[in-house]
Amino acid sequence: MTKKIYDAIVVGAGHNGLTAASYMAKAGLDVLVLEKNDYIGGAAVSRELFPGWKYSNCSYVCSLLRPEIMRDLELYKYGLQIIPYEGSATMMKNGDYYAHYHDHDMTVKSISRHSKHDAEAYDRYSRDVMRQCKIIKPLLKMTPPDLTSFKPKDILGALEFAKHFAAKDELGGLGEKEIYDTIRFYTMSIADYLDEYFETDITKAHLAGSAIIGTALGPCSPGSAYVLLHHYMGEVDGSIGSWGYARGGMGSITKAMGECLKSHGGTIQASSEVTNVIVKNGRAVGVATLNGDEFYAKKVVSNLDVKRTFLKITDESDLQPDFVERVKNFKIRGSSGKLNIALEGLPTFPSIPKDDPGGNGDLHFTETIEEMEGAYDDWKRGQWSKMPYVDMCLPSKSDPTMAAPGKHFMSVFIQYVPFELANGGWNEQRKQDFGNHIINRIAEYSPDFKDLIAHYEVRTPKDIHDEVGLTEGNIFQGELTMDQLMFNRPITGYAQYRAPIKDLYMCSSSTHPGGGVMGAPGANAAREILSDMNIKQKGNHY
Amino acid sequence: MNIDLTQAALKFTPFHNRTSRACRTNSWYRWSGYTVVAEYSTTELEYTATRNGTSVMDLTPMYKYEIKGERAKEFINYFVTRDLSEMKDNTVAYVIWCNEAGKVVDDGTVFCLNQNEFKICCAVKMQTWLKDSAEGFDLDINDVTDDIAALSVQGPTSCSVLKNYGATNLESLKPFESKDFTIDGYSVLISRTGFTGDLGYELWTNPENAEKMWDSLMESGKHLKIRPMGMHALEMVRIEAGFIQTGTDFVSTEHALRPVRMRSPYEIGMGWLVHLTKKDYFIGKRALKAEKENGTTERVLVGLDIEGDKPAHGAVIYNKKKEDVGIVTAALWSPTLKRNIAIASLMRPYGTKIKDDIFVEIYHPEELEYKKIWATCKVVKRQFYSPERRNMVPAEVY
Ligand SMILES: Cc1cc2nc3c(=O)[nH]c(=O)nc-3n(C[C@H](O)[C@H](O)[C@H](O)COP(=O)(O)OP(=O)(O)OC[C@H]3O[C@@H](n4cnc5c(N)ncnc54)[C@H](O)[C@@H]3O)c2cc1C
Repeated sequence: MTKKIYDAIVVGAGHNGLTAASYMAKAGLDVLVLEKNDYIGGAAVSRELFPGWKYSNCSYVCSLLRPEIMRDLELYKYGLQIIPYEGSATMMKNGDYYAHYHDHDMTVKSISRHSKHDAEAYDRYSRDVMRQCKIIKPLLKMTPPDLTSFKPKDILGALEFAKHFAAKDELGGLGEKEIYDTIRFYTMSIADYLDEYFETDITKAHLAGSAIIGTALGPCSPGSAYVLLHHYMGEVDGSIGSWGYARGGMGSITKAMGECLKSHGGTIQASSEVTNVIVKNGRAVGVATLNGDEFYAKKVVSNLDVKRTFLKITDESDLQPDFVERVKNFKIRGSSGKLNIALEGLPTFPSIPKDDPGGNGDLHFTETIEEMEGAYDDWKRGQWSKMPYVDMCLPSKSDPTMAAPGKHFMSVFIQYVPFELANGGWNEQRKQDFGNHIINRIAEYSPDFKDLIAHYEVRTPKDIHDEVGLTEGNIFQGELTMDQLMFNRPITGYAQYRAPIKDLYMCSSSTHPGGGVMGAPGANAAREILSDMNIKQKGNHY
Repeated sequence: MNIDLTQAALKFTPFHNRTSRACRTNSWYRWSGYTVVAEYSTTELEYTATRNGTSVMDLTPMYKYEIKGERAKEFINYFVTRDLSEMKDNTVAYVIWCNEAGKVVDDGTVFCLNQNEFKICCAVKMQTWLKDSAEGFDLDINDVTDDIAALSVQGPTSCSVLKNYGATNLESLKPFESKDFTIDGYSVLISRTGFTGDLGYELWTNPENAEKMWDSLMESGKHLKIRPMGMHALEMVRIEAGFIQTGTDFVSTEHALRPVRMRSPYEIGMGWLVHLTKKDYFIGKRALKAEKENGTTERVLVGLDIEGDKPAHGAVIYNKKKEDVGIVTAALWSPTLKRNIAIASLMRPYGTKIKDDIFVEIYHPEELEYKKIWATCKVVKRQFYSPERRNMVPAEVY
């Protein structure tokens, strides 16, 4: 019996794998997706670990997911709906709070309670960050040029890239000063950047959070300003930088993508861990799974991070040693943990007035950049932060589908948590200690919080590494620093979604434009694959 | 609130004490001589309430007329183009009505309270047109616009909100059915109708109950993501649903200064409401029959799916040869669909036989300069969004 040959096999049903698969299926390819877990979605999932409550187990908020992708894949048809955030707040030890809102004027009014200067500076800051978002936006859709190649396509690509970098289309062009500003922005620390605008600790601390989420940089580390941009460059319906919940949790995104894929004839097979890519005569021809099955295809596409793709499921002998070396050097350090909590009722946070919309978005309690940097110092020493930065939210305050009316789901993202602990590895006891540490910290700001807990899930970087398959638990599948961005992502010379082995491709967050639930790597990869097959995509916006 | 309204240009609705308190932006909208909230908090959040939780909108300014008498049903069936001869008690029908020339006067909803008592709810003042048309029917026709307070309660959790409010077994109510309820001692008519394209209901009661009703609804929706919605958000949801708006997508014969602006039902996507097979005569039947038979319809109202993300407000539509073939009447970047959609009036055969190769020219304002965008568009179904939950029976309960 001859085995079926698919047009393409995608390894991993993360949102990027599903995006790539959907675009390929939409273009007419016969696509198979193989996923190791018994559920799809990777780091974009909603699971009911405790009856009656849905958790967004890993990622929890949506902004980066490109609207063009939602449009092309018609994700609304499969139930995807984004609910914008109403605000955000940092609670203060003195019983006060600092809040931002969906309404710009309300935000400015609120900041001026703390500082008139900062309230005014916020407008200028918003303009400057918005300008950077506009500059980067067209680049997200592009395959980075290969600066090491002299092919006409790459030279033209480099020029195109440069044109967008000068924001010719988006902003009518940048002057020399603005180009320097951009380069500074990409390399500065967020602490220095915010110092140029603001005077109060609380404003800076509130804004700096976005620059450290998911990264192994501190707020004083050069390069952290870019991480902030990475969190701002998304949009919820034209409001650049705003965030929202996916109705039904982040799993609704991948569920919709999965439905889209199936509607175009694609197949998803869960509980099928790929153990190796089958390479014959220098070409990837298929994959083998843990239970010994083999699947063949014209193209093999990996949704795994670059380390897993080349160090785990590819034979080292199929690769050049220096390439392997560079993959080994790829920075992918885990720094985040998470608690998912089922609550019997709405916890009170006395510092935020009841019904204040600032309380309906992300909540924090880090009041200074120093405290944030201190949290980072703990991580460097191999400890979880004593005073962690938390990004905490109650999606069920906005989304009626996460828990029964009156009950709540709380998502607590924690920065910083090491992949390896200095006092030995993670074990059940240490994991529980970590969880308790965070719960106690939250309880300092909410007297009734502990009594409302019905169930909770603790996720360390190790859990994320083991279960989700993000190496070391790095949420972006690789650090977002200049040496690993754009034409350097994941490896200089291999930024165009093609692996060094013919017919093997990469579509994960390890590739340009990087991590987050964005879909851009998947859509870009599909475009490259289809172009290699001389297949034209019709009517797409991506 | 004690404000002297004798000099005021606009009337307050019976909900004003509540809506004005809930409105954080002090932005108001003129609607048929009333003032209602344009935006309470932010339009995006209010829009989202309709697609995610429940939105509550003050509907009072809709013109409302009661039509009573033994020949009420006969009259209604003569008045509107749709065949309502089988209309049952406690049902609602979406209708349009025309003049003798077969041009549309208005669209609206007809409520059949019983076979001798109907209500019409519409966008344009209709008392005189109704009375003139009812000549000889011996009916009692009254403008009850100010005598009924109305709220629109829409969104996926709306059925649950209303169940909490006291509307027992509401989930079994089918689309376009209505039912009388007694809640907290007052009576409310609830119809499963709306202008949002989602699961939703409209509530009708005596103005003296208005504030009580508003308060109980907000309390009932406490855990169900309830939020008051203003007129800006309404415009968004109605475009997604593909509903037409008198005065925006077409001009009523009662208002059209230029006779050439009057439109037949076939020109505004309402052909499906014209029942030429109806046994009895109805106003405009002769003209509409002739139009249909002779194929003299000039325009068509369609949905457009436009390239890019810049809404094509008021844009002119061109063919390949850059000839003007129509105009956009309403446009929106749809947050749910992530599509740049529009309702457009085209000169046939554009929009009927020719559905591709048409373009819109969008003037997008960019800091004191316009960016001219030449965007391709596709003719699509005007009902852009219609989730399954909208018509599900029993309705979704949370
Ligand atoms: C705790 C946490 C919080 C986050 N919060 C946010 C947020 O709020 N917003 C946001 O935008 N982003 C957030 N992120 C980042 C974002 O979730 C990820 O960057 C993104 O989901 C990665 O998607 P991906 O498709 O590239 O890869 P993944 O989601 O990692 O998908 C890879 C898939 O491959 C599967 N797989 C692995 N090995 C194999 C194998 N051998 N065979 C078959 N299948 C295999 C995995 O099970 C997985 O399904 C967060 C991440 C984490 C971990």
